[in-house]
Amino acid sequence: MAKLTMVQALNLALREALTDDPDVIVFGQDVGKDEGVFRVTEGLYRDFGAERVVDMPVAESCIAGCAVGLAVRGLRPVAEMQFSGFGYHAFHQIENHISRFRTRTRSRFSMPIVIRMPFAAGIRAIEHHSESREAIYAHLPGLKMVIPSGPRNARALLRSAILDPDPIIFYEPKSVYRAFKEEVPDEPEEMPIGKAHVARVGKDLTLISYGAMMRPTLEAAEQLADEHQIEAEVVDLLTISPMDTETICGSVQKTGRAVIVHEAPRNCGPAAEVAARLAENSIEYLEAPIKRVTGYDVIMPFFANEKYFIPDARRVVKAAKEVLDF
Amino acid sequence: MPRKTIQPSNKIEYLSILDVDGNVDAALDPKLDPAELHTVFRGMLLARRLDERLLRLQRQGRIGTFGPGMGQEAASLGPAVAMKKNDWFVPSFREGAAMLWRGWPIEKIILWWGGNEFGAATPEGQNDLPICVPVSSQCLHATGIAWGCKYKKDPSVTVCFVGDGGTSEGDFHEALNFACSHTLPAVFVIQNNHWAISLPREMQSKSATLAQKCIAYGCDGIQVDGNDILAMIVASRDALAKARSGGGPTLIEAVTYRLAMHTTADDPKKYRTEEEVACWLPRDPLIRFEKYMRAKHGLDDAGMKQLEEEVAAEIQAAVARAEAYQSDPMDSFHHTFAEMPASLAAQSREFEEYMAELKADAAAAAQPAAERQMAES
Ligand SMILES: Cc1ncc(C[n+]2csc(CCOP(=O)(O)OP(=O)(O)O)c2C)c(N)n1
Ligand SMILES: [Mg+2]
Repeated sequence: MAKLTMVQALNLALREALTDDPDVIVFGQDVGKDEGVFRVTEGLYRDFGAERVVDMPVAESCIAGCAVGLAVRGLRPVAEMQFSGFGYHAFHQIENHISRFRTRTRSRFSMPIVIRMPFAAGIRAIEHHSESREAIYAHLPGLKMVIPSGPRNARALLRSAILDPDPIIFYEPKSVYRAFKEEVPDEPEEMPIGKAHVARVGKDLTLISYGAMMRPTLEAAEQLADEHQIEAEVVDLLTISPMDTETICGSVQKTGRAVIVHEAPRNCGPAAEVAARLAENSIEYLEAPIKRVTGYDVIMPFFANEKYFIPDARRVVKAAKEVLDF
Repeated sequence: MPRKTIQPSNKIEYLSILDVDGNVDAALDPKLDPAELHTVFRGMLLARRLDERLLRLQRQGRIGTFGPGMGQEAASLGPAVAMKKNDWFVPSFREGAAMLWRGWPIEKIILWWGGNEFGAATPEGQNDLPICVPVSSQCLHATGIAWGCKYKKDPSVTVCFVGDGGTSEGDFHEALNFACSHTLPAVFVIQNNHWAISLPREMQSKSATLAQKCIAYGCDGIQVDGNDILAMIVASRDALAKARSGGGPTLIEAVTYRLAMHTTADDPKKYRTEEEVACWLPRDPLIRFEKYMRAKHGLDDAGMKQLEEEVAAEIQAAVARAEAYQSDPMDSFHHTFAEMPASLAAQSREFEEYMAELKADAAAAAQPAAERQMAES
């Protein structure tokens, strides 16, 4: 057991994948000599060489499009978009090819591709570096969308994502990168893609979140317990698509109340999908309307004001009390 | 039906006028008006000193991540000097020197790096786009503006800046391809500073020069000593004149060097040698320009001292203005659409309430302290 940050845990997962499978290659802008702008690929270029840890030009479509070709030729591409804000250059390849190659070739070719992208706000970055656009990817059939929330699940999920036979957008909450350390087992660990995790057990209401928002959500749960004697259950989605209906509904059927928290804008965001699944499967259990605590439907402001636009424990507590007082 | 050479001469010229010691090539000297040269020199000095100040502000935590343009001031400033006021300026993110020349108030530049949208709000009356972060995306905007100018019979020329790394993006290719096939009034300036974060120029493209990409697009191209302000002005003037008279785009490759880090979040020692940087230091465009101004245009120690003082005072006043600037977080709601949809208006009320709660809490937290002070006194 070692205590690692999320950056170190991701690095470990990449190292394990490169060690275990000669068909894994890691590529992206500045992932080689520079070891990644966030140092996620530290030591990999040195230890695995320039053929397996490849510096790419400033051309995201090239990165995603080559991943398609590499996958066709039997490799397991693990690509990086330096920031999610620049992944849109690759979107054409992701939507038109990566997500549909299996379907259109009737599984003759599959796309065991992982595209890692740091996303979301909270590190005082410049324009275009702070958005949360997971809903865009979650909306694409044929593509999985995974978001870890801490070092341990990041390492396990990345391993599972690389082993998965289908394409995965692996969104890394960069404000969590170095926020805290966690015990990570020495042996490689996997976590099922498509499965949510109950991070805190409670009976009074369910808080559902993921990624960086797990921290204010858990903080809110503690406040609710300490100050209001309310026991919140907290569900960490971990995979946005395909979403784990069973875990979400199981929890809400027990508590009867739900608040969904994400940093992404509200309109057609993942919370809407969670709410729809609850409405479809558990409406008879609901004792109050579902509440969403999310980013607003505005462009994420430049960093001087970004903190006001990131949901915090205060907003979660407020929503939880409204749901309970209904 | 032979196999034969059909393009015998794809010549690419290289232009340099001012050497590293500040000596001017008499035959190529544009003989600029001394008063203008003095202003240009001041502009370059201002850009350099502002970068230095921004680096300090970043270290002090007073602005965010900052990408300095040190070493590239001539490549940035030259085209700006050659432009007319009504020409359109389309920058990347390392064009501080040109922005200052175009009239951007210094505090806006400070505010941009300080995380305020006000820094991206182009001042009224300026035909300038703000700093552009998504690499190379601005090239297509430039092509679109040039297309619009042509359509409206507006004699303005659009000047676009992009990095050597940016030439790898599809947007760069699409922008040049379209601008050339429609003979649009545009000038594309590649700031070849040899690095795209950690990727060296040689790994970005196998082309011997970036200027030669013009051949495929069907326009003129030239490689210029990008640390030579005179060469940059001359090449830009020629390109602007050609575009204005209906001759279509020119691709200018400015060969320069990023003397500092990519941004303050980056450690260049990981990927480039100190020797390489040391070899570019004497080619610094500011040193060269100063030598020339001293030798040919009467700049002396007293004049230099005065300039330094003026520039420092100007920057100091701008820092004060930038730090006094109070942004309104509500602005994000007001500037999303021309008219706020009902659902967004509801969110803006939610936000207002939240901000009021924060304020009330802060006031409440401050209160006991004040009471304590009262009790003590
Ligand atoms: C589309 C896009 N991809 C990646 C990035 C991250 N990034 C910022 S600058 C940069 C390198 C750009 O190199 P170059 O075009 O040579 O400009 P320079 O930084 O040297 O001025 C990269 C990869 C970005 N801003 N935009
Ligand atoms: Mg460059």
